[in-house]
Amino acid sequence: MARIDLVDLAHSYGGNNAPPESFALKPVTMTWRQGGAYALLGPSGCGKTTLLNVISGIITPSRGKILFDGKDITPLSTQKRNIAQVFQFPVIYDTMTVGQNLAFPLKNRGVPRAEIDKRVAEIGRLLDLEPYLDRKATRLTADAKQKISLGRGLVRSDVAAVLFDEPLTVIDPELKWQLRSKLKALHRELDLTMIYVTHDQTEALTFADTVVVMHDGRVVQSGTPAELFDKPAHTFVGYFIGSPGMNILPAEVRGREARVGGHVIALNRAYDNLPAGAKIEIGVRPEFVEVVAPGPGLLTARIERIDDLGRIRFARVRVGDAKLAARAPAGFTSADGTAGLKFDPSHVHVYADSLLVEGAA
Amino acid sequence: MDKTVNQKAWFLVLPVFLVVAFSAVLPLMTVVNYSMQDTFGNNQFFWNGVGWFKELLDPSTDLGGRFLASLGRNLFFSLVILAIEVPLGIVVALSMPREGWTVAACLIILALPLLIPWNVVGTIWQIFGRPDIGLLGYTLNAIGIDYNYVSNEVDAWVTVIVMDVWHWTSLVALLCYAGLKSIPEAYYQAAQIDGASRWAVFKAIQLPKMNRVLLIAVLLRFMDSFMIYTEPFVVTGGGPGNSTTFVSIELVKIALGQFDLGKAAALSLVYNLIILIVCWIFYTVMTNAGVERKVQASSKPAVEPKPSVGLKPVPALKPREGVA
Repeated sequence: MARIDLVDLAHSYGGNNAPPESFALKPVTMTWRQGGAYALLGPSGCGKTTLLNVISGIITPSRGKILFDGKDITPLSTQKRNIAQVFQFPVIYDTMTVGQNLAFPLKNRGVPRAEIDKRVAEIGRLLDLEPYLDRKATRLTADAKQKISLGRGLVRSDVAAVLFDEPLTVIDPELKWQLRSKLKALHRELDLTMIYVTHDQTEALTFADTVVVMHDGRVVQSGTPAELFDKPAHTFVGYFIGSPGMNILPAEVRGREARVGGHVIALNRAYDNLPAGAKIEIGVRPEFVEVVAPGPGLLTARIERIDDLGRIRFARVRVGDAKLAARAPAGFTSADGTAGLKFDPSHVHVYADSLLVEGAA
Repeated sequence: MDKTVNQKAWFLVLPVFLVVAFSAVLPLMTVVNYSMQDTFGNNQFFWNGVGWFKELLDPSTDLGGRFLASLGRNLFFSLVILAIEVPLGIVVALSMPREGWTVAACLIILALPLLIPWNVVGTIWQIFGRPDIGLLGYTLNAIGIDYNYVSNEVDAWVTVIVMDVWHWTSLVALLCYAGLKSIPEAYYQAAQIDGASRWAVFKAIQLPKMNRVLLIAVLLRFMDSFMIYTEPFVVTGGGPGNSTTFVSIELVKIALGQFDLGKAAALSLVYNLIILIVCWIFYTVMTNAGVERKVQASSKPAVEPKPSVGLKPVPALKPREGVA
């Protein structure tokens, strides 16, 4: 059980003297609270696995410190940290039975036989592995193997945090959600800090109560799924979360107005303090843009196609060179392929150099 | 399922048939033919039935005595070779670097003995071990060890064994190294998190993952050491006395020295059969070691799990799902 603090942590595979842009993990300071379910979300190569390996101790960071409950554990080896990790591909000790696999970490730590048997039985029950305890682990399916990898972590009573590195990659799609809900249930039951690395936003948003979005070695936003959806702190978050992603349009913003190609879009807040020389964009989620019949005061767009997702329809439109997605209300049709766009002012955000700017009320 | 009838396929198979027939089947049949007959030269043959085979297995006859004695020596030799080369090869593979330029250096050094022709290996050691001019023989005698592979049986054995270890441990090491390299890094990381000691990592991860290549290594080393001819023939010529006369050396003596084609043919057939049988036993034992017995599972129906979607044993590893 522990709170994990990262203090000015950074890592470069090229050593500490490598140029700052080349760092796989740019300096980050953040706190993971005890018992939280976190997802580290980002595209491949954004540094999320590096961050995970730094926490588990597989990688020693180039800079900064990691604190478990305020105690500096940066120099400690993986063995000495109370961490469990589940890898992308199931790690199973082939020659052992499921039970022996679960007992392995305890045996290595010299725990007495009776205690081991008790813990193994307990974890076997918790993970629904009971009927398999006496069977060879190699013959089980990938999802059972992932449960065993997880079990090897949980079996230790001192474990402070469980780290998952894209654990569902090799699991059949129909079993993914089962295993995921199992993880969720375990999290509620065991009061463990869980950190879950993934590039799949559905996985991240359903598993975690706090999602940490990473981009290019940086933590760009950390918040609840709702926060990430409603108020992306970075254009990358807006674009990466949600399907389709947020519409980002270059604009001129003055006061309560944004100008896109000569057309004025109203804003809910006043933006008078925008940094000079910055690249200004507005971002609005497709859910908050509606295609309607063209009319005065509306931005005119050409409709390219309409995607019917069943519950909702999204029109793919073009304004000048920019491509947008917008909600198409039921029964909407366009005779000549043009439409007007209606923006919901309370959900139009302003970004300066890709970062969210808070307007004045 | 409808099969396409295409008789032209025979033309593709035929060349292989012919090549195998002329290179393997016909010579083998000739040997079988010889093994049933006796010859006194002049291309005159007399029917002998299974007479040679009876003699072969009877230690009181000259042929049987020589065969069984050399067979005993050969089995002992193979046993010693496996007992030394397999563990040594594993140790060498484990201590090799995993990355960097030293990997290439190690691989080249290890591969060198494998590239030397067998009779050259024999010649190298024959000279190397000579007490008068050989570096090894001279040095050993100079520091007071009475070493002479020509006159001392133990010295001859030690020389032949050390030579084989020098020549072939690399093969085992390279195979094991290939096996080790194929273990994903995550296994070591997981073992580290599980607090496994070096020995536990070896036992739980490295050895099981090397299982397949070790099987190949053991088979190859058994076959080669059991068929060994060139190196001991060059170094000791089978001596002193008959102490390093292995089956192949005995066979050549009978076939080419005495020109006893019938005896030699019978001996080579039995020789061949022994190699086949021992390899089959090795293969069966090693592939079945660690495989879960079906009998075991069905004898305990109580623990047999009810079918659940999440967990069913798979007969083989499924291919990886693509990364989305």
